[in-house]
Amino acid sequence: MEQIAFTCLAFFAVVCALGVVLSKNAVNGAMCLLLCLAGVAGLFIQLHAYLLAFILVLVYAGAVVALFLFIIMLLDMQGGQPWKLRGLQAFGAVVSALLLITGLNALAVHGRLGGGPPEASTVGSSLELYSYQLFTTYLLPVQVIGFLLLIAMLGVIVLSRRTRETPETK
Amino acid sequence: MTPTLDAYVMLSALLFAIGFLGVLVRRNTLVIYMCLELMLVAATLALVAFSRFNGTQDGDVFVFFILTVAAAEVAVGLAIIVALFRARQTVQVDQLDSLKH
Repeated sequence: MEQIAFTCLAFFAVVCALGVVLSKNAVNGAMCLLLCLAGVAGLFIQLHAYLLAFILVLVYAGAVVALFLFIIMLLDMQGGQPWKLRGLQAFGAVVSALLLITGLNALAVHGRLGGGPPEASTVGSSLELYSYQLFTTYLLPVQVIGFLLLIAMLGVIVLSRRTRETPETK
Repeated sequence: MTPTLDAYVMLSALLFAIGFLGVLVRRNTLVIYMCLELMLVAATLALVAFSRFNGTQDGDVFVFFILTVAAAEVAVGLAIIVALFRARQTVQVDQLDSLKH
């Protein structure tokens, strides 16, 4: 049963990820990204990470993809080829693809990560454990992340402020 | 029967590869950015899977941080793209070649 659910979710996520890469229209790409994130959230639920699945949907689907859609509608997306595959770039793409295929193949053939999940483990599903970890072991990263968010917010405000047109802008 | 850790890692690598392909072959800055997000999500999937199969919490907690950084990164990146569009009226990477010439 779990295997079937995993296969369906994985297939769904991969197909939607391919949709992000292959769709010519950026809006369709954003919608595919949304569906792919839903698939990954389903996988998180299967891994008993309920809170993370919720946060993934909330942050990614709710905020990030919505922001992408706003920007896509704000900017002019027309014109230009969707693909670039010429000369050196095509060569680089082929080499990278071969490397990735080799890596995936090595993982599939030699990868023996072994063992099932511990049966009675409640790790990952308990909110109490998260908060305990966040406020003890990971207290410094939490502070740093707080500063990062503050700096990012200030940076966005500075970046999106309308600057005076200078002659060097063009 | 439950899926193995191998299957999760394979799926994660596959999603990462698809995102990487998108970054390589697409020309639109925003689509490249979406593919970058896809790669980040693939990495989080691997972290959650390892965390679950090892019975530890650390991977899960790190996914928190990755999600936060990703949200901040998207905000800043999209602000940069909008500023770039204002200056150059294009988001195609081929036409953004001021440093090349």
